[in-house]
Amino acid sequence: MAKPRSNQSRLHVPEPPFRPGDSPDYSHISVPTMHTPHRPDPMCDDHETAEHALKLIRVMRFNGDTAGEWIPNLTPDIKRKMLKDMMLTRAMDERMFAMQRQGKMSFYMKSAGEEAVSVGHAQALLDTDMTFPTYRQQGILINRGASMLEMMNQCLSNSGDPLQGKNIPVLYSFKKHGFFSISGNLGTQLIQAVGWAMAEAYKNSDSIASTFTGEGATAEGDFHYALNFASTYRAPCIINVVNNQWAISSFQGIAMGEGESFAARGTGYGLATLRVDGNDALAVYAVTSWAAERARKGGGATVIEHFTYRKEGHSTSDDPSKYRPKNDAEVWPFGDPVKRLKDHLIKLGEWDEDQHTAYEKEAKLFVRETYKQAEALGTVDSGPQVDDFTMFEQVYADPPKLLLEQKEMFKRELG
Amino acid sequence: MPQMSMIEAIRDAMDVKMTEDPNVLTFGEDVGFFGGVFRCTAGLQEKHGLHRCFDTPISEGGIVGIAIGMAANGLRPVAEIQFADYIYPGYDQIASEAARLRYRSNGDFIAPLTIRTPVGGGIFGGPTHSQSPEALFTHISGLKTIIPSNPYDAKGLLIAAIESDDPVLFLEPKRLYNGPFDGDHESPSVSWKGHELGEVPSGRYTVELGKARQVTEGSDITIIAYGTMVWVAEAVAKNMGISADILDLRSLMPLDIDAIEASVKKTGRCVILHEATRTSGFGAELMALVHERCFYHLEAPIQRVTGWDTPYPHAQEWAYFPGQKRVTAAVREVLEAA
Repeated sequence: MAKPRSNQSRLHVPEPPFRPGDSPDYSHISVPTMHTPHRPDPMCDDHETAEHALKLIRVMRFNGDTAGEWIPNLTPDIKRKMLKDMMLTRAMDERMFAMQRQGKMSFYMKSAGEEAVSVGHAQALLDTDMTFPTYRQQGILINRGASMLEMMNQCLSNSGDPLQGKNIPVLYSFKKHGFFSISGNLGTQLIQAVGWAMAEAYKNSDSIASTFTGEGATAEGDFHYALNFASTYRAPCIINVVNNQWAISSFQGIAMGEGESFAARGTGYGLATLRVDGNDALAVYAVTSWAAERARKGGGATVIEHFTYRKEGHSTSDDPSKYRPKNDAEVWPFGDPVKRLKDHLIKLGEWDEDQHTAYEKEAKLFVRETYKQAEALGTVDSGPQVDDFTMFEQVYADPPKLLLEQKEMFKRELG
Repeated sequence: MPQMSMIEAIRDAMDVKMTEDPNVLTFGEDVGFFGGVFRCTAGLQEKHGLHRCFDTPISEGGIVGIAIGMAANGLRPVAEIQFADYIYPGYDQIASEAARLRYRSNGDFIAPLTIRTPVGGGIFGGPTHSQSPEALFTHISGLKTIIPSNPYDAKGLLIAAIESDDPVLFLEPKRLYNGPFDGDHESPSVSWKGHELGEVPSGRYTVELGKARQVTEGSDITIIAYGTMVWVAEAVAKNMGISADILDLRSLMPLDIDAIEASVKKTGRCVILHEATRTSGFGAELMALVHERCFYHLEAPIQRVTGWDTPYPHAQEWAYFPGQKRVTAAVREVLEAA
């Protein structure tokens, strides 16, 4: 008879609760209605926020009311701007997605369902604060008044592309709007943002840095570097984890989401930690203001987990119905960020259905008109093109001789 | 003129730049109070303050990552990686980020940082204190790769590196830190004291990046080398009594292709030396370039003398290191080829 193994371990591979064909039921995810936890002083000891990493900071109820200690002091004008920015972000995403499907550009990534994270966050920062975004925070650019035409030109790699065709669509760079050049390599900007923030502190500047990762890329070493260095040097920065539940086809459990929470990672590094309802634009604004104040006052970095849901595919190259139920986004218990802010403003008497429909139309029209202007400047394979020779530029400040020779070789190739 | 070792010259270069430019700062593992495991930053913290010369966590990816963020934000960071053998955790940040930031943002953001790291063997360092990984970096467009062979060049090149708007990997042959080394491990070690290349001017001066140094001028053969191998080449030529055109590249990227081309067209014969492993080493690129440009001037096949395609061993240090014996044999073969 075989001896029983003394080692009873089994390889554990986390699986999402629902797959295609299942009827998703998220009743196990608690939606806190009491709007705890309390709002500590931004200069509190980091341990005082340990419980905040496990709870969920919310401001708006589903009926449009606000409750709790985190209600931000915002004028209706600012709230309307946030709503409009979110709507405009969504309208642009929809148009660009459709244009990709028509073959006008090679690729696109929407941020549907996550507009509150980018817009609410940007609204709470100063214009001089540098953001280190991933490819899903286009709402920051919209909020900061970047030219939509320039954004579209980048996506189309046309003759008006500020990056002259060097980068793939959506990987924007807008230094003038405090929006750091996006890299395809995940997680890398986290530690760079800490370095940027260290430089701000070194220069005695009043500015801070804010950096983003999805929950999937928290598994990269760079996330650890960022938390470690941010804590060691008390860097004035905000480290945002946008937990939208999905890293392409991998559910958040594959990134160790079956642990306490992503925000809780910060606790072990001695950082303040907050976990926020990412579909609640007012709550996102509130936690960002808190973290920015802490950073500016010398309290160091804060880790914020934005709990949200990626409503659509990862990118135009992805079909989510292959790995999750079709109606998953609809039954997700935290609702839609645009609808929630809309309901709140209506409740305040500062917005109504007619205004909403009118702005929806206005945004759509603006996006369509802007897109027309962009397409007139070319697409990646038709109309005015980026000069091919620009591909040899900006490799170095001064191109080395061997590179200049290659430019000549290419010239001969063209005949 | 002050006499300096390579260590002192490197330290002096940082001191000069830190004094002159408040945006220059330096950091790395044990770089601060202690002054570096090779003393290259000794005294800098005391002189310039805790904020300008400081210790970091043991995290090469983190060190390079903060350097990029600082550089993009207008500073001129000089980051140290304790041994080139440990640079790999920082490779993603160097290859994907520092080298590509200017390009991918079309000049919107730049990364004017310098990464200093001790490189090379000849010190019984074994597999993880002797590597020469330069070819892994010369293959990265957007990055400059520099390697000095003496105190004078070390200071001038490092100042030029710090002032460069491009990211620079600055490789320091640790076998040359205290004195030149010609590969003869049985003869007593010598210091830089009294050596003419140990005479290092005070204050700021630069050695242009991308320019080779003519070590000796000759007509029979071109020997292309960098780092410690420059000294091996010089000793071999002297012992053989040949008229060799020896080039110390100093800068691998950008490369002084004009100097190489002019020399090989003159001599018609070429030997390439490096400590790094052979296959896909930088020598392969040099051979290809010489072949492309000087084919009709060549009178013999080009040879390269390199480390073997093995990890760097400990006990077999001198059987691995491409010393005078191996270089002499190659030079003789090239000279004698019809």
